[in-house]
Amino acid sequence: MSVEAREARQPWILLAPALSAVTLLLFVPLVFIVVYSFWLRSATGADLPGFHLDNWREALTDRFYRDILISTLRIAAITTLVCALMGYPAAYFIARSRGNKMILLLLLMLPFWISYIIRTMSWINILGVSGALNTLLLGIGVISEPLNMLYNEATVILGLVHFLLPFMVLNVFVSLDGIDTNLEDAANSLGATRWQAFLQVTLPLSLPGLAAGGLLCFVLGAGTYITPLVLGGPRDAMFANLVFEAIITQLNWPLGSALSLMLLVVLGVLVMIYNRYLGMAQLMKGLG
Amino acid sequence: MSSVVLDNIVKRFGSFTAVHPTSLEIPEGTFLTLLGPSGCGKTTNLRMIAGLLDPTEGEILIGGRRVNDVPIHKRNLGIVFQNYALFPHKSVADNVAFGLKYRDVPKSEIAGRVQAALDLVQLPDVGGRYPRELSGGQQQRIALARAIVIEPDVLLLDEPLSALDANLREDMRVELKRIQDKIGVTTVFVTHDQSEALAMSDRIVVMSAGRVEQVGTPEEVYNRPASEFVANFLGASNILESRCTDTGRDAVQLDVPVFGAVPVPVDKAPEVRPGPAKLVLRAEKLLLLAEDAEAPGMVTAPAVVETVDYQGQTVRYFIRAGDRQLQAINMIDGHPFAKGTQVTAAFRPRDCAGLPGA
Ligand SMILES: Nc1ncnc2c1ncn2[C@@H]1O[C@H](COP(=O)(O)OP(=O)(O)OP(=O)(O)O)[C@@H](O)[C@H]1O
Ligand SMILES: [Mg+2]
Repeated sequence: MSVEAREARQPWILLAPALSAVTLLLFVPLVFIVVYSFWLRSATGADLPGFHLDNWREALTDRFYRDILISTLRIAAITTLVCALMGYPAAYFIARSRGNKMILLLLLMLPFWISYIIRTMSWINILGVSGALNTLLLGIGVISEPLNMLYNEATVILGLVHFLLPFMVLNVFVSLDGIDTNLEDAANSLGATRWQAFLQVTLPLSLPGLAAGGLLCFVLGAGTYITPLVLGGPRDAMFANLVFEAIITQLNWPLGSALSLMLLVVLGVLVMIYNRYLGMAQLMKGLG
Repeated sequence: MSSVVLDNIVKRFGSFTAVHPTSLEIPEGTFLTLLGPSGCGKTTNLRMIAGLLDPTEGEILIGGRRVNDVPIHKRNLGIVFQNYALFPHKSVADNVAFGLKYRDVPKSEIAGRVQAALDLVQLPDVGGRYPRELSGGQQQRIALARAIVIEPDVLLLDEPLSALDANLREDMRVELKRIQDKIGVTTVFVTHDQSEALAMSDRIVVMSAGRVEQVGTPEEVYNRPASEFVANFLGASNILESRCTDTGRDAVQLDVPVFGAVPVPVDKAPEVRPGPAKLVLRAEKLLLLAEDAEAPGMVTAPAVVETVDYQGQTVRYFIRAGDRQLQAINMIDGHPFAKGTQVTAAFRPRDCAGLPGA
């Protein structure tokens, strides 16, 4: 075998395990889901195979689903925005601190050592009727009745921010860390104040990281079902809860499949839009 | 254009002193070079002048004004960084125009001044490109254009040529000097390359371990090194332990083992007093002659060639004279001496310098 032929084969050999995993665990189930979404659920329990558009018609026309899809995207967008506003300064601080970066990053990763569900449920102990905050407020006499702080959209967003913030910080950190600090110094020496230098140089150069973090937060946020389940009220269901409801509770696999594909397509379109935008951002960023 | 004065500045990082008390006066329009080995505090000094670091002690004056508390963006300095630090997301023209936007330059004038700066660095046509589309040498010129377009009071250059390859570095050296001459801006240049320093500077500050070893013109620091460190840092020197037997009006008599009496001109050995002393003999001033050659007016000693390091135009020998190994760099005339040859090592006393020594 020639050197070129071997070199051409090598990536495929190295990729083989990952590719088989993706094919078996992602692609094949996805095909099943697509096929399922055209079946019909029958009253007798056994689903009817075939090519029926009923599930799709229901998923696309029912206002109920559309409203929840919109509120899911809204919650994900607000979460992403809050993560960006809170995460950027933190990432900047870590990237510009001397010496102890690794410890700070480790601290950032620390929450991942605790189950996401436990972390989400911990808010019940903090914000619940007999939780830490109410006990404290009652104790110092600010309130006389416990406040109902849980089970609304705000607590869902709170839980999502808690979950997703590290992803944002890490992504922004990586891009900030890669920016030569001489660039800010150069901007300062040319007459820009620190704030102007940040706006003119650092912020634009860190946009790819901000965009990557934003995409991750948005997609993970829009696809979540545990947070609204644990911290949301009955009206705060998000789209993934509908899928869960349809498949696990009602055992309506065909409808659940159509719904989950709907979310997949919406998020997929967003990723594609992002890809185009990032392509441009990368072009602008260049490699020096 | 302004003078720069460092008045007893000190920089400490925690308990480590990077710059020991240093005083310097840089007259208006001077090209001054901070020269020294890695880690000696050159960049630290430069960053203090720039306002990127605060001196722990002492004062910095630019144009007679104390600037310790003036933030960098108000100091009106042009800085060129070793890695160019061009803004990768801005076009070349926008890079050069960057500093003008923070000065009261009318919009209509900006394009003209940017073009003039690009002309000055001889890259008139690259304004529309991005930095990544330029070669290293071109990026360096743009960095220079960006620094000088704002008509800075002082130009600060931190090893601006060190990232370029050897040929380009020499071209840029000439180019940089031409531009500095033309605009006449006070310039502080940092390098650890002695030939760069000698070729470009009006004055050289030789530094070692956070201290100034010597300040002088290139000719002064080269021919009259004030310390063994300077003698060794600027080219290869042989330092010979000797005794001063007499200090006359014109010459200082040094008694050097193997070579004998060497009358060093007083102005090249101003600090030497009777007693222990050192003779500084530059490798290129030590001539190797055939064993039986005459060398009128020169001090001589018999020697053996130990190592021959052929370098094309020149050859570097390591020779042994008595119990000392010496270095000699000679032009090649005919064939170089072969290893093991008996030769006469010779030098002129007026080419030497003397240092007090224990
Ligand atoms: N921020 C800092 N914290 C601690 N020590 C520092 C800091 N900056 C510089 N130093 C130390 O101060 C000394 C002088 O550093 P400086 O950068 O001025 O050297 P330099 O002469 O420019 O060397 P080079 O030729 O390698 O650039 C070095 O020993 C360096 O380790
Ligand atoms: Mg340096």
